[in-house]
Amino acid sequence: MLTWAITIATGMVCIALLLNLWRLYLGPDVPDRILTLDTMYINSMAMIILFGIFLKSSLMFEAALLIAMLGFVGTAALCKYLLRGDIIE
Amino acid sequence: MNFYVELFVSILLVTGAGFVLIGSVGLIRLPDFYTRLHAPTKATTLGMGCLLIASMVLISFTKGAPSVHELLITLFLFITAPVTAHMLAKTALHYELGFTEKTKGKELAEKARERVSPADDA
Amino acid sequence: MKSLASRLLPMPMHSVLLLVSWLILNNSVSPGHIVLGAFLAFTIPLLVSGLHTPQPGIRRYGLAVRYALMVMYDIVVANIEVALKIVGPLKNLQPALIAVPMDITNDLLLTVLASTISLTPGTVSAELSEDRKWLYVHVLNLEDEEALIRQIKQRYEKKLREMFEC
Repeated sequence: MLTWAITIATGMVCIALLLNLWRLYLGPDVPDRILTLDTMYINSMAMIILFGIFLKSSLMFEAALLIAMLGFVGTAALCKYLLRGDIIE
Repeated sequence: MNFYVELFVSILLVTGAGFVLIGSVGLIRLPDFYTRLHAPTKATTLGMGCLLIASMVLISFTKGAPSVHELLITLFLFITAPVTAHMLAKTALHYELGFTEKTKGKELAEKARERVSPADDA
Repeated sequence: MKSLASRLLPMPMHSVLLLVSWLILNNSVSPGHIVLGAFLAFTIPLLVSGLHTPQPGIRRYGLAVRYALMVMYDIVVANIEVALKIVGPLKNLQPALIAVPMDITNDLLLTVLASTISLTPGTVSAELSEDRKWLYVHVLNLEDEEALIRQIKQRYEKKLREMFEC
C-alpha cells in the first residue's frame, strides 16, 4: 500500500511541476515568473522528500533543507531587485 | 511494520501531494497575479507539512528511534512562506500589475503603492 | 555597567533556541552534540549581539501557545476552503483589496500579525502605510468586508496585544 501511495504522490507532484513549467512559459510578467519559481522549488522539495521516503533514508533531508533556505533567499533577493533595482541597500 | 502506521502515512502522503497539485492548478487557473499568489504559497505550506509529517512518522517507525529533524523544514517553511508572499505582493503592487475586472477596491492600489492611508487625497 | 551574566549571555532565549535547533538538526542527544551545541549557543550570541535591537518579549507563554494552536487550526480549515475554491467554478470568486486599520505600531507585533494574515489562506498582506495605521490586504474571496476586518482585529490583533502586553 505504501509503495502505491508513494507512486501516486510522486505522479501528482510531477504533474504539479509540469503545470508550473507551463505557467513559467506563459508569464505574463516578471513577478509571475518569480512566484512560479518559488512554487517550483517547494514542489521539488516535495519530490526530494518523497524520494527519501521511498528509500526510507533521512539523507535526503539535508538536500531539502538546503533548497528551502537557498530558495527563500533567492526569492527575497529577486523581489528586492525588482522593488529597488538593487539587492543590497 | 504496523498496518495502521502504513495507512496513516499513505493518507498523509496522498493528501499532501494533493494540496501541492491543487496549488499548481490554482497557479494556472486563477485570473490575475494577486489571486494566483494565494494558491501556491498556501496550499503548498499545508501540502509540505503533510509530506514532512508522513516522512517523520515513517522514518521514526522504520529506524525505531524518533526522527524529528523534518520539523525544522516545516517550521522554516511556515516562517518564510508569509514573508515571500508579502514581498511578492509588494513587488507586484510597485510593478503596477493589473487586477482582474471584478476586483473590489482597485482604487486602493494607488494608495497602497504610495504607502499612504486610504483617506488621503494624494 | 552590565552584569557579568548579561555580558556573557546577551540573549539567553536565543541561546536556548540555538541549542535546541542544533540538537533537532542532528537528530540526537548524544553528549558530543550537546557540547558542540552548547559551544555554538554560547559563541554565536556573543558575536551577533551588536546587531540586536531590543524587542518586546512575550509576557504570557500560555497565551502564545494557544495563539499558535489557533493559527494552526485556522490554517488547516481555511486551506481546505481555498483548495475547494480553486478547483470550483471561478466566476463565483470575488477578489478584493481592502485596508485594515491597525492599532499596534510595534515592529515585531506588526510582523507577526502580517505573517499570520498571510499564512491563513485567502488573505495576503500586501503593503503597510507609512504611518503604520493601515494594512492593505488582498482577499481571494471577499464575502463581508466588515466581518473580515472584525475577525482580524478580534481574533488576532487583540490576542497578540494581550500576549505581549503592550
